[in-house]
Amino acid sequence: MNPYIANTQTDVRAMLDAIGVKSVDALFVDIKPEHAPKSFDLPQGLSEFEVMERLRLLAAKNTGALVPFIGGGYYDHYVPAACSAIISRGEFYTAYTPYQPECAQGTLQALFEYQSSICALTGMDVSNASLYDGGTALYEAMMMAIRITGRKKVIMDGGVSPIYRKLIKSYTHNLHFEFIETPVVHGQSDRVAMAKLIDKDTAAVIVQNPNFFGTIDDHSDIVEKAHAAGVIVVSSVYPVSLGLLKTPAEMGVDIVTGEGQSLGLPLNFGGPYLGFMATRKKFIRQMPGRIVGETVDADGRRCFVNTLQAREQHIRREKATSNICTNVALCAVQASVFMSLLGRQGFRQLAQLNLDKAEFAREVLGKVPGVEVKRSSPTFNEFTVRLPKDASDVVEAMIPRGFAAGFPLGRYYPGMENYLLVAVTEKRTRAEILSFAKVLAEVLR
Amino acid sequence: MKLIFEKSVSGRQGFKLPVSDVPVQAKIADRFLRKAEAVLPEVSELDVVRHFTQLSQLNFSVDANFYPLGSCTMKYNPKFTEKAAGMPGFAELHPLLPQLKGGDRYVQGALEVLYDTEKWLCEITGMKAMTMQPLAGAHGELTGIMLLAAYHQAKGNKKKYIIIPDSAHGTNPASAAVAGYEIISVPSDKNGGMDIDKLKAVLTDEVAGLMMTCPDTHGVFNSQVSEIARLIHSVDGIMYYDGANLNATMGRCRPGDVGFDVVHLNLHKTFGTPHGGGGPGSGPVGVGEKLEKFLPISRVLKRADNTFVLDYNYPDSIGYIASFYGNFAIILRAYAYMLLLGGDGLKATSDHAVLNANYILTRLKKYYQVAFDRICMHDCLFSASKQTERGVHAIDIAKFLIDQRIHPPTVYFPLTVKEAIMIEPTETESKETMDVFIEAMIKADELSKSDPHVFHAMPVTMPISRPDETKAAREMNVNFFAPRA
Amino acid sequence: MEIVEHYLYTKEHEWINMEDGTGTVGITEYAQSTLGDITFVELPNVDAEVEQFEPLTSIESVKSASDIFSPMSGRVVEINDELSEDPGLINRSCYDKGWIAKVEISDMDESSNLMTAAEYGSYLESLEREGEAEGDE
Repeated sequence: MNPYIANTQTDVRAMLDAIGVKSVDALFVDIKPEHAPKSFDLPQGLSEFEVMERLRLLAAKNTGALVPFIGGGYYDHYVPAACSAIISRGEFYTAYTPYQPECAQGTLQALFEYQSSICALTGMDVSNASLYDGGTALYEAMMMAIRITGRKKVIMDGGVSPIYRKLIKSYTHNLHFEFIETPVVHGQSDRVAMAKLIDKDTAAVIVQNPNFFGTIDDHSDIVEKAHAAGVIVVSSVYPVSLGLLKTPAEMGVDIVTGEGQSLGLPLNFGGPYLGFMATRKKFIRQMPGRIVGETVDADGRRCFVNTLQAREQHIRREKATSNICTNVALCAVQASVFMSLLGRQGFRQLAQLNLDKAEFAREVLGKVPGVEVKRSSPTFNEFTVRLPKDASDVVEAMIPRGFAAGFPLGRYYPGMENYLLVAVTEKRTRAEILSFAKVLAEVLR
Repeated sequence: MKLIFEKSVSGRQGFKLPVSDVPVQAKIADRFLRKAEAVLPEVSELDVVRHFTQLSQLNFSVDANFYPLGSCTMKYNPKFTEKAAGMPGFAELHPLLPQLKGGDRYVQGALEVLYDTEKWLCEITGMKAMTMQPLAGAHGELTGIMLLAAYHQAKGNKKKYIIIPDSAHGTNPASAAVAGYEIISVPSDKNGGMDIDKLKAVLTDEVAGLMMTCPDTHGVFNSQVSEIARLIHSVDGIMYYDGANLNATMGRCRPGDVGFDVVHLNLHKTFGTPHGGGGPGSGPVGVGEKLEKFLPISRVLKRADNTFVLDYNYPDSIGYIASFYGNFAIILRAYAYMLLLGGDGLKATSDHAVLNANYILTRLKKYYQVAFDRICMHDCLFSASKQTERGVHAIDIAKFLIDQRIHPPTVYFPLTVKEAIMIEPTETESKETMDVFIEAMIKADELSKSDPHVFHAMPVTMPISRPDETKAAREMNVNFFAPRA
Repeated sequence: MEIVEHYLYTKEHEWINMEDGTGTVGITEYAQSTLGDITFVELPNVDAEVEQFEPLTSIESVKSASDIFSPMSGRVVEINDELSEDPGLINRSCYDKGWIAKVEISDMDESSNLMTAAEYGSYLESLEREGEAEGDE
């Protein structure tokens, strides 16, 4: 029995008669006996109740009980109930790419509003309708810079998420680009190193703000140097921080990308997430991904359509700006609901709350014997602490005590084995932070 | 309908934040701060909910409408799979947890989901191993071509070209080009399949591989697939299977058994996960023995004690193609879907998908020019050529259907057929629903004879009709806040 | 279909009007009507060197992107800036105001590879016949 198939025996008979064949097997004549499966050994189907029970048991094997101080670009923010409720509506959830604008204005207008909110947040002129996630968005931005400049050298700040950097290296392995990574100095981009490297062969300088260590920077001076050499500046940003921080547009950045998970999406063990991308109007034709534009209909009524499609693979095929087809429309709608709920003031308050909690945690952890908190650069809601021993051992010891204590930097930065990256969102309470410090002190003792 | 920004009233806020419980009011130096607040809308929670609810009502969707969009497999998305993905034990799981020392103990359930899904998808496709990481179909294509490139590089093969039939989706040539290959396009023969003689004519030692959708976008299963595989393998090329149309052949044919070396699947097509208005999707990639060692890292391993662990130790791997383990919440839905259906249910899925498509094909043949007059797989393909002679194009028929509350089929694709109308009912639609659609299509044909001019105003029942796409592309108004052109 | 008498034509439906060693290049009536409303013209760079029948630039309409090929080899000496503001000029005046670029011709002998207006006219007719034959299949 398959609850998702409506055809009864009678229906099947009637349809086979109409077609003029004797059996369903006869419809598969093109699949010859030599094409038959050598095996198709799958389990027996279950009822919905049994499946849910099995999944409940599996979910219970994961831990939801750890108090998370782990971030690394992916944060434990609260997801308002309205976000999930809206995207659960079948009209959003079970529609597809708006190929027919007359019966897809809901998705189209929602994506237009999403694009506008991303522009408001970043200060940029134009946004696309989303890409897969923060990492792939950064890769696409780099490729866009290479298309715009026709150059092949890329300067990558060491403060850019190592998760993104690894991914970009895999993608470009065969493409003969020159990659140069510059170190992080006092938690910030190395101006001196960058200035030496920027030249007429450089396509892009790629930075991140706040960077992987949580440090805030103002990249305006780097942008100025880069632009003087005709170099594109790409910045990967953490959207919640933009409630307070100087916008990439104010710094003069050319292409902005980021991970939109913190805009009302659950952590979901790695996905689906939301890659956003915004740029200047003059680069719009080089931007990958779907773009929704405003227009009017035959009677002059305002409406929305997918636009600038001539950039895309379904028209330009191998000459397209990217191979990307669909995006993560549903996640973009979810983020749009989130940004609308928080609104102008709420978004700033959310950022301030994250900052305050993190500053408090920084103070409290700084008092734990043996823990050193660097104060040379400002941070947002994530910061590094230096422990008296290997951070990964400390984290391991904290897990059974109920804390996901942070991310040990040694995994990606050799020589930083004693450093721990700690994230604090609006969800962490004073009590949790104090308890975290207490348990850390015990573990270090 | 007004934009949410146009409903904004200064001072409103739709979400209550907690009052800070820490004795700190942190201040960042001015030079790091933005000059003014982001002009996000100021609305109440009800404003937001009503706005988006009203927006949603402007959409057609599988839940509300027949949606026979060819090549997209718009089947019903079971409700319980969404509920499953929302379980806090999955939804709140941080992706970096298993990368902590000892952290894998705390994600065993999630790793088991990934492991089992891989195993079952391998069994369905006849592949040896699979990566769940690709975040969409096109992302899977790119991953697959990267695997193919790694294979040739390791063997020291000098390869330059990927062969792609002209009926392929645009993502195929785009993905191959992004990975650094040049494209050779091969035309279809009169039966809709790839023309083998033309394939032979372009086959050289520089061919890296062939990308093939099987069944293809003409709705044709190419009976010569084994012969094609033999040809490609004779130049040490790789056979790439685009799984866009796997919904036709589950339990009937496995790509791995007929010579394919690498496959990508679309969980949002075949395995009942939502299309979401255009993503998120999921595009796992499976490989045979030849390519296995190149798979992306990490990979999920099962230990002797039945626990699971992420393994990064694959020196020949192409590396990281996603930040984490794929679109986990989508994979979980597909896993739940497979658990419910089981092997028999999946085979029945393909049987009924093909039956339904052939039923529509047969009933509409008299009225519309069939592209290829033969039994089809899960898609049936027509041309509106007869109607076009009366001044009614495929797009006009699409707009007519909208007025009948039916989502139009795919039109003007594949590019190989003029005025193409590509219909994919899927297995989840009933005969009654298809009969309503068939009657509507017949009505459209009749109208094209009796009253062809009425089409140009259609749709007439929707809030808008025939947007000016030229204006949109010329003026590029894509941001509410930007000055208008 | 309008064809200008003294221009020369390519199989890809570009025209060139040569005067004093410089050729003005555009697309034909057939090309513009096939493309539909043009939404964007990617103008070539002045001083760019182009080869005969190699891509000179590209043109976009709502649902297409097409390469435009240079009818003659040479160097681009002038571009029609008005097209960046008003790409629809090509639709309205493809043989005159909608010109795309002027090329300083490097090899006049190449003009023997082009079609005269009369030849292009019969070429268009042959295309039409082929189209009908396809429709009958």
